[in-house]
Order: sequence, then C-alpha cells, then structure tokens
Amino acid sequence: MELLSFGDTGWGDELFFATLMTIAVSVAAMAIGFVFALIFTPLKLSKNKTLNIIGNFYTTIIRGVPELLVIYLLFFGGTGAAMYVASIFGYDGYIEINAFITGALAIGIISGAYSTEVFRGAILSIDKGQFEASKVLGIKKSIQFYKIILPQMLRLSIPNLSNVWQIALKDTSLISVTGLVEIMRQSYIAAGSTRDPLFFYSVAAVLYLILTYLSMKLINKLEIKYNKGY
Amino acid sequence: MDINLMMSIFPNLLNGAVITLKLLVVSMFFGLIIGLIFAILRVNKNPIFNKFAYGYSYFFRGTPLLVQLYLIYYGLANIEFLRNSFFWVIIKEPYWCAIIAFSLNTGAYTSEILRSSFQTIKKGYIEAAQSLGVTKKITFYRIQLPIAIKQSLPAYGNEIILMLKGTSLASVITIMDLMGEARKINVLTFKPFEAFITAGIIYLFITFIIHNIVKYLEKKYRFQT
Repeated sequence: MELLSFGDTGWGDELFFATLMTIAVSVAAMAIGFVFALIFTPLKLSKNKTLNIIGNFYTTIIRGVPELLVIYLLFFGGTGAAMYVASIFGYDGYIEINAFITGALAIGIISGAYSTEVFRGAILSIDKGQFEASKVLGIKKSIQFYKIILPQMLRLSIPNLSNVWQIALKDTSLISVTGLVEIMRQSYIAAGSTRDPLFFYSVAAVLYLILTYLSMKLINKLEIKYNKGY
Repeated sequence: MDINLMMSIFPNLLNGAVITLKLLVVSMFFGLIIGLIFAILRVNKNPIFNKFAYGYSYFFRGTPLLVQLYLIYYGLANIEFLRNSFFWVIIKEPYWCAIIAFSLNTGAYTSEILRSSFQTIKKGYIEAAQSLGVTKKITFYRIQLPIAIKQSLPAYGNEIILMLKGTSLASVITIMDLMGEARKINVLTFKPFEAFITAGIIYLFITFIIHNIVKYLEKKYRFQT
C-alpha cells in the first residue's frame, strides 16, 4: 500500500495526475469527435451521391481498421506531414507535435465515426411528420435543424453516446504507446521501476473501472433529466 | 506515396496477416465457449453464479484490453507460484498470453450478447414447452439456446470485427502480427504512411470478408418470430 502513497516515496500522486490526464484526453477526444460527427452526419444523410460516398468512406474506413493503426499513422506520419507543410512556407527546422494533441485527435477521429452513426440513427428515428410540419410552417432549413432536429437528436443519442464515451475512454489507453503519461503509461513506468507489474496493472484496471462506473452513473442521471417530458 | 514500396512490403504484411487471423480464430473459439458458459451462469437463478458472471463481464468490459493484456503478460509472470508450476510453459509465450487475454475479453462481450438475446425470447415458447411436458433442461438446451444463438448473430458479427481490431494489440507484446510487421517496416524505412496504409487496406479487406460472411449466415439462419 505504501507504493500508492502521495509524495516522493509513492506513486499515488503520479497515478492521480495520470488519471486526470486520461479524463482530459477522453473529453478532448469526445469533443473533437462531436465536431467530426456534426460534419459527417449531414453528409451521410444527404441526397447528393458524392457527399454520401464521402460520409460513408469516413465511417467505414475508421470503423474497419484498428484504433492502434490510426494512432500510429497520426503519431509517426503527423510529424512528417507537419514538417512538409512547414517546409512549403520556408521553415526547415524539426517540428514535434504534442502527444496530447495527436492522441486526442486520433481518438477523436475514431469516436467521431461512431458518433456519426449514432447521430444518423437518432435523426432517422425522429418522426417524419416533424420535418413536414416545419416545412409547412415555412421554417427555414437552418432554423429547422438548429431548433427542432438538433435538440431531439441529442436527447435521443444519449444512451448510444454513452457507449461511444466508454469506448473512447478505453481507447485512450492505446495512446500510452506514443508516450503520453496517462494511466497506462504511468503504470508502465511504475511497474518498470518497482518490478511489480501485477500490482500496478491491477491498480490501472481498478482506476479504469472507477472511471467507467462513475461516467455510467453520470450519464444515467443525464438521461433521466433529459427524458423528463417523455 | 511510394507505390513500389507498398508493393514490396505487401508479402511481409501478408505473413503478419496470417498470424492476425490465427490469433483471431483461436481466441474467438475459446471466447465463444467462455461466453456460452458465462451466459448460462448469468441467466442462472443462483445468486452466487449470477453475481460471479456479472462481475466477470463487468471487469472485462470496463477495462481496456491493453490493461488485460499487460496484466496477463507482465503481471502473471510476477507470481512466484505460477512461475514454478506447469502453467509457466503457457504464460511465458507472448502468443498464448495474447490468446488468453483476447479469449477472456471476447468471452465477456459474447456472454453479454447471448444474455440479451436470452431475455428477448418470447415467454410463449417456454410456456408452450412447459405445457407440453418438456423438462426444463431440454427446454433450455433445445429451445432457448438455439434461438438465442441465432438471434445474436448480427451482434456477434460486430464482436468478431471488434476483436479483429483488438488483435492489433498483440504487436505491443512483441508478436509479429499484421500490426507488428507494419511497425517494423515503419522503423526500418521511415515511411509511416506507406507501411500503415497498406496494413490498413489489408485490415479493411479482412473486415469486409467477415462482414459478408456474417451477413450470409444471418440470411440463412434468420429466426422468424
């Protein structure tokens, strides 16, 4: 137990900050995923064939390849791509992209593909009459989306988004391979220096269980709150 | 993008893909057995079995696969007692550690899939069987179980694809699967795009095939209610 004490002698504070890092990456990734989902959901629902293909391309590819592959591609390829872009503008030095940004972006792209599917399902389950009614009332398309469709879509997607959140939370453990110090990386370091992997990976497992448990409770509360009128 | 390089690394990646498929098939096989056992325990009325199966699936679904893999690969080797026993022959091999982790993980998800399809079976079937004097055991193994398996095919197809993606984690414990080969090529040639995109294409191809096989099976064995 003294291995988990706070301060210089134990790993308690390190693991605590690593947990905060995991939460931060997951939240950032979820937010990035939302942006991707809000861009690609209309494409997937669009009547235009080309836009449709672009939307399907994104969700199919991302959901068909391993998460680790996306992370590696961004981590190893991102630096090269950024340096290439910079060299066009005349900067030839070495650029290193922050591990947090790469990680959040990678998980964001992945969770965005799942969120897109969730949003699409939610919009399709909204009664068609509502679209027709708002059209009859002469409401503009943009207002129809922001004031009528979006709020309902968000409410309907809470249960499935909770799954996406859990997946994103667990996927952040993969970012540890790029060196970002989150739960998994910190346990790896601690296990390496104390030669007690069994203990530290068990602690990591417990930390993840606590996170998934707490987020489930929180999301259940949200669900009840937003389903009050239904 | 260097097309020639992509062509030249393709055979190496295919060798890796064979190992990926081996990992997938073996762990899906064990996972299915584990999943069936735990699904049966889950619908059992005995609270001890019930809670145990719930705890099992909660743990394996609530923690990342990477943690489970590290726990088994690095953690189990830490236990003196296991190291001196016959199990050491198995857990000293990264390949078997990966199989154990993947099987336990997919077993938890499979048990959850089967449980939910057990619960959606209409009460009428069970009541009909009872009124015909069929024993409880036969009702379970001959009526409930086959229906549950048929109903869970679509969800199980998703699980196979999730597991295919999960096997890529084997590369972090030194197994040279498709992902491991791609990583090696990236290190040797400093061409991340070519290496990982070619690997991605192979992964997509495998996903596509699995998807279509499951779709075919679904059509063939669809359960009409």
